[in-house]
Amino acid sequence: MVNYIWVGMMVTGFIVAIFSGNVDKVNAAVFKSAQEAVTISLGMISILVFWLGLMKIAEKGGLLEFLALLFRPLVKRLFPDVPEGHPALGYILSNMVANLFGLGNAATPMGIKAMEQLKLLNGGKNEASRSMITLLAINTSSITLIPTTIIAIRMNYGSQNPTDIVGTTLMATAVSTVFALSIDRFFYYRSVRKGKK
Amino acid sequence: MSFINSFSIWFIPFLIGFILLYGTCKKVPTYEAFVEGGKEGFSLAVSMIPYLVGMLVSISVFRASGALDLLLDFGKPLFDWMHVPGEVVPLGLMRTISGSGALGMTSDLIASHGPDSFVGRLASTIQGSTDTTFYVLTVYFGAVGIRKMGYALKVGLLADLVGFIASIVVVSLVFS
Repeated sequence: MVNYIWVGMMVTGFIVAIFSGNVDKVNAAVFKSAQEAVTISLGMISILVFWLGLMKIAEKGGLLEFLALLFRPLVKRLFPDVPEGHPALGYILSNMVANLFGLGNAATPMGIKAMEQLKLLNGGKNEASRSMITLLAINTSSITLIPTTIIAIRMNYGSQNPTDIVGTTLMATAVSTVFALSIDRFFYYRSVRKGKK
Repeated sequence: MSFINSFSIWFIPFLIGFILLYGTCKKVPTYEAFVEGGKEGFSLAVSMIPYLVGMLVSISVFRASGALDLLLDFGKPLFDWMHVPGEVVPLGLMRTISGSGALGMTSDLIASHGPDSFVGRLASTIQGSTDTTFYVLTVYFGAVGIRKMGYALKVGLLADLVGFIASIVVVSLVFS
């Protein structure tokens, strides 16, 4: 599916560009965005190095295990494939906590680390496992308690009450997260059924 | 308000300090552990480069060519029919494919309609309620070299759609 969307966006873009006369814009966009992608990736080095370093201390001190133990009932239900006490669980929980508090730049390194552990658990294959997709579903629908960036923008534009969207955001994000988890389950069981036939 | 602001400012130093002190109490060789853990950061960042280049180029071709605008024009009658405020439809679509693009659109909507208008609040809620599916997918799977994504994209996109609809419904109920 990714392959089709990827090619589809690009080819549609080229065809539309020919008719709308935006070919020069598209040409510029190709190389500008390629450069942007490299800049983003390299820019992540600092964040990744810092948070992964810090997380190693937390891991060695047993803080991640403690976190995993504390939320065991929840995590067991969300990630039934991950054995108890596996290091992936600690990282998954740190990722969820960081998301909850709106620490985007800490959440990403922890999520990546969790993915790495889940990949090891899946035998190092380059296929997404069930738990990986669940982790991704949680992250794309991201529950955030306080959307700090958007509050700052609202303040900038002189809002009378910049935080009055916190409640609506929380409700919308809760709905999308619950839905993401259910649809994730649905697709998983469907793929299991298909596999058996 | 000031509480929330100071909370997010103080939370990071608190978290860092807590981990450092906790490690020290547990007799972890803190500095050595930090260096050991940080080492992986570089290779993870480098390995996501091809994934991100591929995805961002495709998205920006789609945007720069005018195909995105065309798609929105094409769908406009449908959105009107479903009573979706026309101003936020581009934002809903952008939210899925580009985080910085969506943030720019949200700022524009807030600036032109006012932060406390219906559209301003709706844009704020849409912006805050989901994360950029394509970006999260590319970065998380890219860093660890997952090429076959299974049904992950389907889950992400459907969740975005539901988040968008939920935002409209919730904001309509609460603010009007």
